[in-house]
Amino acid sequence: MGKSLLDKVWERHSVRELESGQTQLFIGLHLVHEVTSPQAFAMIREAGLGVPFPDRTFATVDHIIPTDTQVRPLADGQAETMMSAIESNCREFGIRLFTPESGHQGIVHVIGPELGLTQPGMTIACGDSHTSTHGAFGAVAFGIGTSQVRDVLASQCLAIQRPKVRRVEVTGRLRPGVYAKDVILDVIRRLGVKGGVGFAYEYAGEVFDAMSMEERMTVCNMSIEGGARLGYVNPDRTTVEYLRGRSFAPTGDAFTRAEAWWTSMASDPDASFHDRVSIDGRGIAPTVTWGINPGQAIGVDEKVPAAAAFAADERATVEDAYEYMGLAAGQAIAGTKIDVAFIGSCTNGRLSDLREAAKVARLGRVKPGVKALVVPGSQAVARAAEAEGLHETFRAAGFEWRLPGCSMCLAMNPDKLSGRQVCASSSNRNFKGRQGSPSGRTLLMSPAMVAAAAIEGAVVDVRDFLSKAPA
Amino acid sequence: MTDQAKKSALLPVTRVSGRPIPLPGNDIDTDRIIPARFMTAITFDGLGELAFRDARFGADGKPLDHPMNDPRFRAKGPRVAIVNKNFGCGSSREHAPQAMWRWGVQAIVGESFADIFFGNCVAMGIPCVTASEADVASLLRAVEADPSQDLVVDLDAMTATRGGTSVPVSMPEGARTQLLRGTWDATRILVDALPKVRETADRLPYVGGFAR
Ligand code: SF4
Repeated sequence: MGKSLLDKVWERHSVRELESGQTQLFIGLHLVHEVTSPQAFAMIREAGLGVPFPDRTFATVDHIIPTDTQVRPLADGQAETMMSAIESNCREFGIRLFTPESGHQGIVHVIGPELGLTQPGMTIACGDSHTSTHGAFGAVAFGIGTSQVRDVLASQCLAIQRPKVRRVEVTGRLRPGVYAKDVILDVIRRLGVKGGVGFAYEYAGEVFDAMSMEERMTVCNMSIEGGARLGYVNPDRTTVEYLRGRSFAPTGDAFTRAEAWWTSMASDPDASFHDRVSIDGRGIAPTVTWGINPGQAIGVDEKVPAAAAFAADERATVEDAYEYMGLAAGQAIAGTKIDVAFIGSCTNGRLSDLREAAKVARLGRVKPGVKALVVPGSQAVARAAEAEGLHETFRAAGFEWRLPGCSMCLAMNPDKLSGRQVCASSSNRNFKGRQGSPSGRTLLMSPAMVAAAAIEGAVVDVRDFLSKAPA
Repeated sequence: MTDQAKKSALLPVTRVSGRPIPLPGNDIDTDRIIPARFMTAITFDGLGELAFRDARFGADGKPLDHPMNDPRFRAKGPRVAIVNKNFGCGSSREHAPQAMWRWGVQAIVGESFADIFFGNCVAMGIPCVTASEADVASLLRAVEADPSQDLVVDLDAMTATRGGTSVPVSMPEGARTQLLRGTWDATRILVDALPKVRETADRLPYVGGFAR
């Protein structure tokens, strides 16, 4: 019987089995940001512990950093305190920190891959649930809490239970106007927001084979929204070629050796899985959420479903969602008016996302009254986009072009919804209050769909826009 | 010193007794437990009264209808929360269980928990035990009818007991062992094996930059 990538990575990184039945697992790469780390550093200090592997930890600032101006001191005193705290913590423990001055700052899950820190066969941890993103490279990447951040700082290890593996195959090809974001929204819609609890999702099939690394990252990023703490794609040529030449990737003969090891970590053809799911990629439509969790999603051409269509124990959440969103069963989601459009986040804030959104932005102008933001995921993404003139495209169409950060994905910086505003968003969570207003409403969709919604002032099928595009 | 450090490692958690607090609903995410705008701080202090802030208070600051505002459930002291399915989904923020703990919650009985939330609770010494849908429903009903009786979670017997009635509960064996033996604060145990950690690291080709 062959082994899955998860089996192989687990075996190579297992330090020992603990009495509790958990594994003491070595963590090859630890990523740190300003929100979930200060308490962990404080715990380390209080307990008189050190950081034995400081060169395996990298830090950045993303959640609290403003996207209009990042001049210090930051206008928000609390944000400035958090910024100073991560600077002094990293200095004290000898950890490399990517601040805006470094030129490498960005959302933690954008910079890890683009710097070549994220590599196949690694174990990765970060005090952030979207650490699952790094699974796109065939890494085993966990989101952890602050006490576990402390554990990794102090020991470079986690005490953790090995998950089961579910193979999620998406066969065939995606139709035009259908993106990686639609694939993962469709997977979550089918398997449910708790369907993946206790599982790692191994994504496979022709659709994943054909995807770029950035697209794979979008899918793996939202594994956690389906309850799966991690998701991964087996490393292949696409993975290897993406890594070639990246700052922290090996070079020369070392790269050749790395390539052999990376690809050897992929699941064996006869690997066994706990279970398998297969989805026909041709059946996936541009998808939009209508409710208050990412599983409450429908095709843009569908209507808000009736509560009766859900399992009995889901109905209370569905009723709650209708009320919160101000939507009724049977109502078409297309045509839903929006107030704000947000393109960015660790799900969809990479160059290819901005390119797809820009294609749509070229076809119109942001509807008067709609506030539209484009926030690159990192300084490197911003530089690359500006080199192509994408910032000009967006500005000409009435979008604001911002500095890199988490921005309106969550409410820890000045970019927030107000009141009951409705936001078409390329981020990953449509939870109540997620975008900063306790009554603010979020519709998740692909960046191209967000751009189309910004122009239309309402949810619209991006395929209608693209059909107008000159070939 | 943080409360967590004061609680000091190697404290076995075998039995938690507290006033029940019902927090019904499926898929209650950690943004709802503690909205991100309250996380711009470098300590967990003061999070207790901010737990479930937007579910408890309207935009105008007026209290809403929520069990945590209900005078019947506001008695001080340790508490045991009762929840439904997939509690604590979403963001990995430990601020969520930290806020609940600071509000007095020392154990949670529910139908199911999200992975990261569950792990965060174990690392804080908070047992999250699961009971059947029917048992959780009857617990919620009983507690509504009479909030005054304590709910006792017993990790030895694996029961949740209120008055004379017990329901069976379960929990992954690993987490249960950690709590019972007081090894839930894993740091020391992990650090003890540092020589073996280094051996494991040295065997990984990427740690040496694929030099060989
Ligand atoms: S972009 Fe959003 S989901 Fe991603 S790390 Fe930032 S806040 Fe978290």
